Amino acid sequence: MANLTLVQAINLALTQEMEADESVVLLGEDVGLNGGVFRVTEGLQQRFGEHRVVDTPLAESGIMGAAIGLAMNGIKSVPEIQFEGFLGPAYDQLVNHAARYRSRSRGAITVPMTVRVPVGGGIHAPELHSDSPEAIYAHTPGLKVVMPSSPYDAKGLLISAIRDPDPVLFFEPKRIYRAFREEVPEDEYTVPIGKAKIVEEGTDVTVVTWGAMTIQCINAMDSLPEDLSVELIDLRTIYPIDVETIVESVSKTGRCVVAHEAPLTAGLGAEISSLVQERCFLHLEAPVQRVTGFDTFMPYYKMELDYLPEAPRVAEAIAACAAY
Amino acid sequence: MPIKVAYQATIEYMQILDEQGGLDAKLARDTLTDDQVVMLYEHMSMCRRLDEIAFKLQRSGRLGTYPQNMGQEAIASVALAARPQDWMVPCYRENAALYLHGLPPEMILLHWMGDERGNQIPEGLNITPMSIPIGSHMLHAAGIGWAARIRGDDQVAFTFFGDGATSEGDFHEACNFAGVMHAPVVFICQNNQWAISTPRSKQTRSETFAQKGIAYGLKVRQVDGNDIFAIFRAAREAVADALKGQPTMIETLTYRLGDHTTADDARRYRDPAELEAARKRDPLIRTRKYLESKDLWSADQEEAMIERNKAQVDDIVARATNIEKPKTTDIFDAMFATIPPELARQRDTMQTNSLGQFPQQETLRRGATAHSPTQSPAHA
Repeated sequence: MANLTLVQAINLALTQEMEADESVVLLGEDVGLNGGVFRVTEGLQQRFGEHRVVDTPLAESGIMGAAIGLAMNGIKSVPEIQFEGFLGPAYDQLVNHAARYRSRSRGAITVPMTVRVPVGGGIHAPELHSDSPEAIYAHTPGLKVVMPSSPYDAKGLLISAIRDPDPVLFFEPKRIYRAFREEVPEDEYTVPIGKAKIVEEGTDVTVVTWGAMTIQCINAMDSLPEDLSVELIDLRTIYPIDVETIVESVSKTGRCVVAHEAPLTAGLGAEISSLVQERCFLHLEAPVQRVTGFDTFMPYYKMELDYLPEAPRVAEAIAACAAY
Repeated sequence: MPIKVAYQATIEYMQILDEQGGLDAKLARDTLTDDQVVMLYEHMSMCRRLDEIAFKLQRSGRLGTYPQNMGQEAIASVALAARPQDWMVPCYRENAALYLHGLPPEMILLHWMGDERGNQIPEGLNITPMSIPIGSHMLHAAGIGWAARIRGDDQVAFTFFGDGATSEGDFHEACNFAGVMHAPVVFICQNNQWAISTPRSKQTRSETFAQKGIAYGLKVRQVDGNDIFAIFRAAREAVADALKGQPTMIETLTYRLGDHTTADDARRYRDPAELEAARKRDPLIRTRKYLESKDLWSADQEEAMIERNKAQVDDIVARATNIEKPKTTDIFDAMFATIPPELARQRDTMQTNSLGQFPQQETLRRGATAHSPTQSPAHA
């Protein structure tokens, strides 16, 4: 066991998968000698060579499209897109090609690719460096979408993603890249894609969240009265979403709060609200509450904490839902 | 300080077989054998026949929108320069090359009949499904070639696209990646002069399409795209270069004799005189003239071939037509290696609405009604 940050846990997962499987190849802008702008791939080019940790031209569509081609011809490609805001140019390749190849070729061609993308706000970054576009990709058939909230899960989920025979979009919440450390086993292990985690068990209100918001939710819970029992679910995988864990929890608590950084309208909170009302209708004691970013752009960093649903907003919503 | 020339380039144009069937024997040396020319002529003729029949099938409602390949059959020559292990990453106007590389022709019909099984490339064939949006597939070829280099595999990726595709950003990124990564890739721009209704002159101000490759360090060359000898020679040289880590771009000057697709009518935007002039440059006509001039082909052989092609095309159409309808469950089962539970539920119920799907909810409701309609069922 080692006490690692999320960045270190991801680096360890990449190292171990590259050791175990020589067909794993990393590519992206500045991922080589520089170790990536967040240093996630630090030391990997020195260790595995320029042919396996490849600095590419500055072209997101090119990175994504070439990574698709690599994956089609025997390489488990792990492209990095430097920030989620730069997924735009690569959107066509990811959504119209990576996601579709297996289906449109009826299984003849597959794309075992893991796209690593730092995501979310809260680090005082420039424009288009702080968004949360996960719902867009959850809405795209053919992609698996993952977002860990802890070093342990990050390592296990990334290993699962790299071994997955289909394309996985692996979002890394940059706000908690180095926010805390956790014991992470040195041995290889996997955390299954498609399984949520019950972070804390409770009986009064279910809170569903993922990524860096998990920490805000924990902070919110710490500020609530002790006799309010909150069950916190960290989805870990955005698609395929673990409906069973949510439904089981809300059937028990009768109350549900969803918290995410992304804007409200047509966000993943809407999907979860629908699932809950469809399957827990007769258990519900209160309307499902959504605590999210606003339907505005993520502001520049002076006001980013006004936009983000920080712990106090989450706590307020949990208390209101419990009191309803 | 004198101003110096920082870079200077020239682009070679190559024609070996002219429109009258005359051959430049020097350039043709060590290219196609007589047998190969006969085979290519027969193959191109079969492709023309299949193309015409596909058009008729569309008009009679038995095939969806179909892009005719008519006039561009000489591209088949690329497949003779390719080795069996090489990849073909096509658009949709190089059917003749794909068939020769091993793709069962009925698969292309099946594709245009609205059936994904037309893309289910048989194992062992390194061909990707036809790419319908323009220009995005060349990046996959760059990645495929790059993968071969990483793995040390003796493979080259050929990718085909039209003149219009060179205006897409992905074309440039693909050339750039192939160049920087020393990927064994051959970019083949079939310049057929038209992108639906947009003529070549409005597509680019460049003198040639080939020169766009120069910017990315590709070896480039322009050839007569209706000349099986020139295409073969350029493609074979490109394979040799690709295996040394030098990608190539070949611009083939050809002409789209048909409409863009069966949903298009080129008479709305194209001068009939231009079409008439292009017909004279038809690859079939000049190849036949050449064969006849060498006494390698006769009227009897032509007649026999026409009969053979009819039978073969009938057979291809029958295979595409007589296949059983795909199962609706295929659309779910093809999504992932392992189907997620919720997707399996959609497949098994063919429903997305929730009522009636979750017995636990139904039981609760009935229980609530029976015992205490006013009480919250959750507490019943």
